[in-house]
Amino acid sequence: MDLLLVILQNFYVIIAIKMAVGLGLSMGTVPVMVWMERKVSARFQFRRGPNRVGPFGLFQLIADSVKLLMKEDFLPRNTDRLIFLAAPIMAFLPGVLSFALIPIGSSGGNDIVGAGGVMAISYISMGLLVMMAVSSVAAYGIAFAGWASNNQFSLLGGIRSSAQLISYEIVMGMSIIALLMMTGTLNMSEIVQQQAQPLFGGIWLIPSWNIIRQPLTFILFMVAAFAETNRAPFDLPEAEQELVGGYHTEYTGMRYAWFMNGEYAAMFTMSAILTTLFLGGWTFPGLEFLIPHLPWYLTALLTFGIFFAKVAFLVFMFMWVRWTLPRFRWDQLMKLGWNTLIPLGLVNIVGTALFLEYVASNFGFGG
Amino acid sequence: MYSYEQEVVQRDENTVHMNVGPSHPSMHGTLRVKMEVKGERIVKTEQEIGYLHTGFEKLGEYRSYNQFITLTDRLNYFSPLSNNIGFALACEELLGITVPRRCQVIRTILAELSRIADHSLCVGAMTMDLGAFSSILWTFVEREKLYDVFEAVTGTRLTTSYTRVGGLAFDLPADFEKRVLGIMDSMEETLDKLRDSFYKNRIFLDRVEGIGVISKEQVLSFGLTGPMARASGIEYDLRKFRPYMVYNEIKFNVPVYSQGDTLSRYKMRIDEMAESILIVRQALKLLEPGPINYQDQKRTLPDKTSTYRDMESLIHHFKLVMPGDDHGIHPPLTDLYSSTEAPNGELGFHLVSDGSSTPYRVRIRPPSFINYPILSTLLPGCMIADLVAILGSFNIIAGELDR
Repeated sequence: MDLLLVILQNFYVIIAIKMAVGLGLSMGTVPVMVWMERKVSARFQFRRGPNRVGPFGLFQLIADSVKLLMKEDFLPRNTDRLIFLAAPIMAFLPGVLSFALIPIGSSGGNDIVGAGGVMAISYISMGLLVMMAVSSVAAYGIAFAGWASNNQFSLLGGIRSSAQLISYEIVMGMSIIALLMMTGTLNMSEIVQQQAQPLFGGIWLIPSWNIIRQPLTFILFMVAAFAETNRAPFDLPEAEQELVGGYHTEYTGMRYAWFMNGEYAAMFTMSAILTTLFLGGWTFPGLEFLIPHLPWYLTALLTFGIFFAKVAFLVFMFMWVRWTLPRFRWDQLMKLGWNTLIPLGLVNIVGTALFLEYVASNFGFGG
Repeated sequence: MYSYEQEVVQRDENTVHMNVGPSHPSMHGTLRVKMEVKGERIVKTEQEIGYLHTGFEKLGEYRSYNQFITLTDRLNYFSPLSNNIGFALACEELLGITVPRRCQVIRTILAELSRIADHSLCVGAMTMDLGAFSSILWTFVEREKLYDVFEAVTGTRLTTSYTRVGGLAFDLPADFEKRVLGIMDSMEETLDKLRDSFYKNRIFLDRVEGIGVISKEQVLSFGLTGPMARASGIEYDLRKFRPYMVYNEIKFNVPVYSQGDTLSRYKMRIDEMAESILIVRQALKLLEPGPINYQDQKRTLPDKTSTYRDMESLIHHFKLVMPGDDHGIHPPLTDLYSSTEAPNGELGFHLVSDGSSTPYRVRIRPPSFINYPILSTLLPGCMIADLVAILGSFNIIAGELDR
């Protein structure tokens, strides 16, 4: 037993376990989300969705993955070979990487998982900034794929994607500034801890989740998150009906699958970030009374379950929107970003500052 | 002669040549649009047809009148019954016969049902082209129910071939009225759902409002008909203008919009479906028992059971069906143009008869062929995304483009 503890508390072993968990979570949820998307869209359209392979069609994902793996690795003529081959990986990695920053649960103060009982793969004080930096790399993957494919449809998809990501990154950054003024920290675990407190220091059962403290920020961030993940109604880079497949028109087999994995991993990570920043992460009203009576592993499971349920709901939101709304046109998307969302973001920053300066400090609540 | 290289050399250096179709997700059928784009904006377009050449008109010169009905199925394959009825009416006008009342009522009902089937697909496909995928399956559900009814009535779902010169292939099944009324109710719900989801949807409105505006003058100079003409303020509907079948006994409105943009064409089709539902309900009340075929065995096929049991009918069947100049229907030596209001506009047949059992010439005026060319006039200045919106609202069926 002692030996086991020694091994478990070895730095490298912890790193290895964390990596396995992180990669497993973000990669393992991708096929489940693909299955979920197919089931959800089927429900929206009076269909049944996959139901032939395995229970509830769950093994359909395995069949699909095998099919994609077995496909010919096709390289079209006159492509920029190196960039063409690197692009899928570049588009895929950021989604998985930024998942490392998210606290997925708590072991209730027990230090078994390191970092003061916070279950996060990396516990860094600059969490939010790293997230912003990493997630913007995904744009390069898509832009490179569009450029290297030597196809007008792909090129247009790539251009659309870079323009879109640049504009909406600003929106996201602005919404985060307002959030930071409220929280005063960039560390995601601390942001979660703050949200566990009751609202304005008194109203019990209403948690001080940032969605309540900063509703406008939440909306701005949500819209930007849809745009960052290239999901409908912001799926212009792939816009099937206009650009065939957009940036991944020329990709087949597993290379195409990396783009798709990337999209779903990004969607999962974005939902996790939204949960962490605005929906209180792994916390839930009333949980602080329960945790002291539970062993650490049950606490860990419970908090992880709460976190995962919130993420699943947000993922469902992503799907809900995708199968309901039409797509923007390119110029309308730009107009929405620059003429509506960025001014709103500025107003939000000023409003938050005024609130903190005159209201919160005088009445003793807020940040 | 057209040369791709030449065109590439001649074009402006800042534009990119883009080829959309004939295999492209939103070029329903085999349409092709060659575009010159500057960034996302379209500078010049050129349409090309001929990828689904069927040769119906030439085939018609070697087929008897009844045989040609099977070819009309393939014209607009989303509403084959309308084409069947249009051709049968043309042949009957050529022969100078009037079909029994029950036949006329049945044809009216089926023509409206196929209008609903056609429009529902167009409305769904258009929003799908705009990225809202789910609505096409909402309308598909209704269309499938209608196709089930078509199957019960005609024996097939798509290639119905239901009409004959002087009547119909068979009478209606027993539960026809009940089933159709049920579908009409659920169709109304679906239409409400479409109105709820899209009429106030900001993204949808931004995509279609004021896009692809066709003026009244353009409608007249391009000869557009059907929903496209009525969405631009031209109140031209053959069902009102020159009533055929039993349309003059039925009360219905012809919806007209004045804007002429993509949104009005979308609303137009939804309103037309609502009117069609009213027409079907009224026409079902007119349905009374009686013969379905014109009673003249020299020109209309005898009943199948009497063909098997009655010698007289067997001989007539033989004389009508066998090829050769001694057999078949012999219309008088004349030519005429007869047209009906098909879902997409005026569907006309110009028949030239030389007195033999096959027509001398079958000229078809399909609505899609006439409605299609205006696209190139509308597109310059639009974005690439507008192409799919505008084309989706036209509802061009490739089967009608190249006869």
